Amino acid sequence: MIKDFTKGLWKENPIFVQVLGMCPTLAVTTKALFGLSMGLATTFVVVSSSVVISLIRKMVPAQVRIPMFTVIIATFVTAADYFLKANFYQISKALGPYVPLIVVNCIILGRAEAYASKNNVAKSFLDALGMGIGFTCALIILGSVRELLGGGSVFGYQIMWPGFTKWVIMILPAGAFLTLGLLVGLFNVINGKFEKQKQQAR
Amino acid sequence: MLTALTAVAVLSGISLVGVYNYATPRIEVNVKAETRKAIANIFPDGADIKPVEGDEEMFSVKDKAGNLLGYAIIAEGNGYQGTIKMIAGVTADLKTMEGMEVLESQETPGLGAEIANKPFAGQFGGLQITHEIEYVKNQKPSQPYQVEAITGATISSRSVVNILNDSISKARKALEGK
Repeated sequence: MIKDFTKGLWKENPIFVQVLGMCPTLAVTTKALFGLSMGLATTFVVVSSSVVISLIRKMVPAQVRIPMFTVIIATFVTAADYFLKANFYQISKALGPYVPLIVVNCIILGRAEAYASKNNVAKSFLDALGMGIGFTCALIILGSVRELLGGGSVFGYQIMWPGFTKWVIMILPAGAFLTLGLLVGLFNVINGKFEKQKQQAR
Repeated sequence: MLTALTAVAVLSGISLVGVYNYATPRIEVNVKAETRKAIANIFPDGADIKPVEGDEEMFSVKDKAGNLLGYAIIAEGNGYQGTIKMIAGVTADLKTMEGMEVLESQETPGLGAEIANKPFAGQFGGLQITHEIEYVKNQKPSQPYQVEAITGATISSRSVVNILNDSISKARKALEGK
């Protein structure tokens, strides 16, 4: 059971391992706060749609499952979009069209098709929660690195010394690719070390 | 098959109606509050902000004693990467600007998006508008109707200047017509 939850955090991390959902990953991580908000919105959508899909999985005819999943996902995305607009207007404005675009985030349909439509509610909930949190953490890391180098702060708190030359490229699209590439590389190096230790232990 | 699909669609529709009803009034409040806040930033003494009659793009701003401080004009036009929406504050005699606040823009973060920040936006406070606003590059403005463009974001700077010139001249015509 617990593995259903933890696999999304590290072993099957949606960004660093599965490399899914790249559109929001690259586009909104100019600031750590935007990464966090995007991550939370996505987590909400993936958890609620997984639970609903798992609940109705036995009633869904196989031929129309994809349209049904899409309608369910779109409903939750629209709800999340309106909720942000109503309560966190500034964040919603900063995220712009990327909140409605959660609909096409392949992590969500991926979890629905690969997991929630085949497993019970509790397992699907944990699976989706793990994926959502793994996604959120990855976005926060990306956003923090880019905000730190590109703006000298993290979550709006000044960290670099005064007079620090901002690396503007880090908050431009190119910076997203550079940061993501380096982080995926780092992730693989750490994983490789773990594997070696495991093998030596045997 | 068809019934399942229909049922899901109907249920989704019904729940979205609920969300819509909950959120729409709040969103309207947010949008209005933002405009008001921008106007209040430009006119710190403004107490009475009312839309000018027959014009949804313009607000008259009066202080507590009821004196007309000036007008706040919603200025909108094309920027480098999409629409830029601003509030331009002008004095009652339409001769100088009180200030400018950016409401919405999709300009490049770190470059064009700097139009919303003080080093650039602050230049518009006290700017003469009896002459068209102009921008200069890489030098300090030499005339009271000039602003310095942002290095690396000339197109965004130029867009702001053009949008303001357009909106101010439109507003002038509308106000003088009365």
